[in-house]
Amino acid sequence: MTETFYEVMRRQGISRRSFLKYCSLTAAALGLGPEFAGKIAHAMETKPRIPILWLHGLECTCCSESFIRSAHPLAKDVILSMVSLDYDDTIMAAAGHQAEAIIEETIKKYDGNFILAVEGNAPLNQDGMSCIIAGKPFQEQLQHVADHCKAIISWGSCAAYGCVQAAHPNPTKAVPTHKAIKTNKPIIKVPGCPPIAEVMTAVITYILTFERFPELDRQGRPKMFYSQRIHDKCYRRPHFDAGQFVEEFDDEGARKGYCLYKVGCKGPTTYNACSTIRWNEGTSFPIQAGHGCIGCSEDGFWDKGSWYARLTDINQFSVEGNADKVGGTTAAVVGTAIAAHAAVSAVKRAQNKGDSK
Amino acid sequence: MAIIQTPNGYNLDNSGQRVVVDPVTRIEGHMRVEVNLDENNIIRNAVSTGTMWRGLEVILKNRDPRDAWAFVERICGVCTGCHALTSVRAVEDALDIKIPYNAHLIREIMAKTLQVHDHVVHFYHLHALDWVNPVNALKADPKATSDLQQMVSPAHPMSSPGYFRDIQTRIKKFIESGQLGPFKNGYWDNPAYKLPPEADLMAVAHYLEALDLQKEFVKIHTVFGGKNPHPNYLVGGVACAINMDGDMSAGAPLNMERLNFVLARIQEMVDFNKNVYVPDVLAIASFYKNDLWGGGMGALSVMDYGAYPTTPYDKSTDQLPGGVILNGNWNDVMPIDPRDPEQVQEFVGHSWYTYPDETQGLHPWDGITEPNYELGPKSKGTRTNIEELDEEAKYSWIKSPRWRGNAVEVGPLSRYVLAYAQGSDYVTEQVNRSLGAFNQLAGTNLDAKTALNSTIGRTLARALESEFCSDMMLDDFDNLIQNIKNGDTATANMEKWDPATWPKEAKGVGTAAAPRGALGHWIKIKDGKIDNYQCVVPTTWNGSPRDPEGNIGAFEASLMNTPVERADEPVEILRTLHSFDPCLACSTHVMSEDGEEQANVKVR
Repeated sequence: MTETFYEVMRRQGISRRSFLKYCSLTAAALGLGPEFAGKIAHAMETKPRIPILWLHGLECTCCSESFIRSAHPLAKDVILSMVSLDYDDTIMAAAGHQAEAIIEETIKKYDGNFILAVEGNAPLNQDGMSCIIAGKPFQEQLQHVADHCKAIISWGSCAAYGCVQAAHPNPTKAVPTHKAIKTNKPIIKVPGCPPIAEVMTAVITYILTFERFPELDRQGRPKMFYSQRIHDKCYRRPHFDAGQFVEEFDDEGARKGYCLYKVGCKGPTTYNACSTIRWNEGTSFPIQAGHGCIGCSEDGFWDKGSWYARLTDINQFSVEGNADKVGGTTAAVVGTAIAAHAAVSAVKRAQNKGDSK
Repeated sequence: MAIIQTPNGYNLDNSGQRVVVDPVTRIEGHMRVEVNLDENNIIRNAVSTGTMWRGLEVILKNRDPRDAWAFVERICGVCTGCHALTSVRAVEDALDIKIPYNAHLIREIMAKTLQVHDHVVHFYHLHALDWVNPVNALKADPKATSDLQQMVSPAHPMSSPGYFRDIQTRIKKFIESGQLGPFKNGYWDNPAYKLPPEADLMAVAHYLEALDLQKEFVKIHTVFGGKNPHPNYLVGGVACAINMDGDMSAGAPLNMERLNFVLARIQEMVDFNKNVYVPDVLAIASFYKNDLWGGGMGALSVMDYGAYPTTPYDKSTDQLPGGVILNGNWNDVMPIDPRDPEQVQEFVGHSWYTYPDETQGLHPWDGITEPNYELGPKSKGTRTNIEELDEEAKYSWIKSPRWRGNAVEVGPLSRYVLAYAQGSDYVTEQVNRSLGAFNQLAGTNLDAKTALNSTIGRTLARALESEFCSDMMLDDFDNLIQNIKNGDTATANMEKWDPATWPKEAKGVGTAAAPRGALGHWIKIKDGKIDNYQCVVPTTWNGSPRDPEGNIGAFEASLMNTPVERADEPVEILRTLHSFDPCLACSTHVMSEDGEEQANVKVR
């Protein structure tokens, strides 16, 4: 526990110049502005690599797949230089009892000082044996590790809310992390099916840098990425405001990039960073590729109607017929207020933290 | 016990030491395997168990068929998109919807992108640590590694001694930190690892290069489908409309810039496959030339539905033709029809489900499943703490699909055996060329059937398929540009979008060449809603438990008669299981007619 990120990166042949550049990019990714690069650099120069035990329940592994897509920081740099990913059954070399031994070794050596990352969730039906790890219910492994961790990250909509296997009628009674176990450990939810890669690595980087969770909303999501609706920052928003809609896929409006609201886009009710950070290193996002948002970062989105059914429950719109003239009034004001609040709070907390040191 | 001879020709003896591996890691999902070793540490009995079940198909019941793709896409985030593709095909088949040529080509490029991505990530990040020892790489001479790289693949630009020295330094410091992360508790002093240090270092370098590059490949999905993992699909075509010039082209899903971006990514895949992936597999394989076990039924009893037609909806133009081969008879390729109730059937005699008559199999259109988790009388431990399973009873969440009652293997190797046996020019040239290279490197003189029927053969076929897919994508891209140039910019057929245009009842089948093998979805639609939905996926075929006749499945067959260096270090078991690229979330998702929780849920 004497190693720091900086020492590790230096010893792995990374120059100080590259290290500082990395800190600047991280600050930018976190939306913190250039003045925070120094703070991040300082943190990384003085802190050791924290162990992570990344457990997998009922899942499709899309969260892990998304994680390895991260461009800044690169997944290899997270794994080799920032954290110690001691257990993750998707990529670990060991199997069977040698794999399970790592959990006990980590608990013994780092009791109360490691992060539990959860992907997927635990089923309660069939005595929990719809998800078996080492001959026992996954839920037991999850509870055991949670009892000894410092904090919990619930990756993706499975761990945060339940996701697809918990959709009606939920045949295995799959439940999210906070309902599967008894714990008083802090839980951060990073929903999405999957979450955006750079959001995942930014959450890790933030926690490592500031040694605390980012500011969370009432649902436990980091405000820095989940405080605005897709709709609030969508590049097609001007078409919504102008009443220009795609009426049917591949029509003239679809070719001009008009608003997808009428073909079911859930952007107006979905809190996520897809329209700002975008996907896969900013390459695109669902709406830019012509399909409406399906709302995959919202609780229970599988049971909220067809992807192609027009939203009718947007409070600000009152009735669907008003969509054209409502445009960007209420929604935009609310969104901006939340964002401003989040930014101010983040800066204040960061400053307080700095002062107290 | 006495030795049991299975109808498909394996002698099972469970009298020796029982070894349990749970969890099997570096796979998608959760699985367990138990084997019995004889006094010479040779595997004489193998028991493969799917240890997860999610019940996705029951969740689909009564939903809008146009929404199904997104649900089934979440069967798997590793082979992301292949279930979505198969789903829209099944719905379009049921409703007789024909998609525009552009949509066909875009879907083909997306499917082949997935194939390359999935195969590359599988080999480097899930499979390589079965062959490659990163600790041993520290002993390598960077200069000699550079020489090796230039010999194995002269075209690969990253080959200088300094490059390998930097990587070696990074790994050295990582290991010296004492925090080994994913390499912790590996089997690094096991003599089953046979690469010289230079080959280990080269492979570790490519592990990192592949990790960086794989995120580039999938950006094709991001352009066409908006994100990856889990890009969006659309019944009737694709949602990414084309606007090459004129008003607002810049904000359109597809324009010239977007297509150029896609072409650049395809070229990266072509280069990586030819310069790194295929040469790496051949080089590594040559050092393991004496370990040609693990074949099982790999090149002998195989199945695929056929894929990648050059003419849409014409199976005779499949570039990887389908069919069935049994018992190594490459001269007799039988046709497969997924609609025939006598051909594809699923059994549950040894699975944790109940049928009214468990001696019979059911075709997917008529599939029923009711969970029935129970352990056999000879199992050890308790219901929630299994020590040893009883394979004479039920022992897996995976069903047992069979073709006309026969256990078959599916996957890239199956597709390659079928294409080779049917005389595909591209595949024949590719297999003969790579086999020649292998024989030259290894100093052997193996024929195709001997070399391919092995763990290494399965791994090689996957690399060759990756290369083929990247080459095919260049053709698809050219055809897309040519078609747009000819004035066709249609991407979706919306004629039957409205459920009011659908028949009262309809049923359809969709198939695809998923990365792990033959994938089929069967749908029944009634009154505009899903009445029944069944997926029979590759790992269900390969990972299946015994069927009521006693035939063992492909995983179990492949482990038979494999020598193991150390009973408590399952390197050889992992190596062979990983050569299938198991996907357990895919294999165990079946329909429940009377799931126990359903009774408690109010119908909305």
